[in-house]
Amino acid sequence: MRFIALITILLMGGLLFYGLPDFPDWGDPASPASTHVSPYYIEHGAADTHAPNIVTAVLADYRGYDTMFETAVIFSAGLACFFLLRTFRQKSAETKLYRHIPTGVTLRIEKGGKTPAGSEEFEPIDSHWVPYDMIINMTCRLIVPFVQLFALYVIAHGHYSPGGGFQGGVIFGAAIILFAISHDLRSVFRRLQEKTAILLSAAGVLIYAGTGVLCLILGGNFLDYSRLAGLLGVDAVMARSHGILIVEIGVGLAVMAVMVMLYYNLSSAGRHDEGL
Amino acid sequence: MEAILSSFLTKYNYWVFIGLVMIGMYALIAKRNLVKKIIGMNIFQTAVILFYVSIGAKQGSTIPILDSGHGHDAHHAVQAIDYINPLPHVLMLTAIVVSVATLGVALALAIKVHQQYGTLEEDEIAAQIDKP
Repeated sequence: MRFIALITILLMGGLLFYGLPDFPDWGDPASPASTHVSPYYIEHGAADTHAPNIVTAVLADYRGYDTMFETAVIFSAGLACFFLLRTFRQKSAETKLYRHIPTGVTLRIEKGGKTPAGSEEFEPIDSHWVPYDMIINMTCRLIVPFVQLFALYVIAHGHYSPGGGFQGGVIFGAAIILFAISHDLRSVFRRLQEKTAILLSAAGVLIYAGTGVLCLILGGNFLDYSRLAGLLGVDAVMARSHGILIVEIGVGLAVMAVMVMLYYNLSSAGRHDEGL
Repeated sequence: MEAILSSFLTKYNYWVFIGLVMIGMYALIAKRNLVKKIIGMNIFQTAVILFYVSIGAKQGSTIPILDSGHGHDAHHAVQAIDYINPLPHVLMLTAIVVSVATLGVALALAIKVHQQYGTLEEDEIAAQIDKP
């Protein structure tokens, strides 16, 4: 098996190697990829969409269909993970574990014992040894708001600097995952419930597709943002710029929520207890 | 001979691409552990991303964010030669996030397989399936 695989791989590598002289040189300005469509984007991007960052302009305007369905792919990946892993039936354990938060002492309560449920001073835990470190907790607690602020900056400033919905959404999701790693899943659920995350991811796709449908209603093509000019009170070029921002916000919401959903389900194998 | 050699040497980005594709493909075919297969898939995706991004490079040009991209009159000064090709960046930007999402689904499937069979080794899983 290994031998056959090796032969196949060497054959494939040899074919790619054989085709190597036909590829354009590294950094060749006259390479076929750089001479057909992309000069138009570079030369007309700013005039058409008022977005100096051409990547953003191409992503959300010229190739809006592609990005919309990429967002839909991410959304369905989040849903697939949910349907594969999520389990709602909890096995009620024989013994329950509670941690006294001020002292860090773990109580083991046998079956039939009185549990301190509802008490502010105790929190339920699932395993005997749950890592708990005040320095890590506090550091992450301090860092997370700034990471989230940076994510919002990356989304909102995507027209003028490297950034946009995908990057900002991933950074925002990473902030929440950082909080989940440093604390536990239960304390994240108190701030961002699973239901909210699913609704946010659906809302992101809805914002994107809804903008397209709105352009359709206003008499243009699907995702032709210049039709939004009347609604937004700006000229057609600025309307395309604003349209890009609207769909980027949708993309950011969807990506953030899906990253969080993936982490929720993967880290606890769908049980949604305390996680890693 | 020297011309052929230098033509191969100046295309070192494709060397890296070919190497990564071979590593990823080998892991996909030959490894029996499902997690290693998933890692191989990710290496393969990384190779494709590198391939696309390296195609977009242009010697002596800068990132595709216009220097003076403000207002309607700015576009007269813009030359396509000054900025690298934005198209591969757009395609790979979405591909990176989609690859993370597909990685999530793959790991979810691996968790399910492990719950069902108690192992991630392909031959052990196959033996359990054959056994009635």
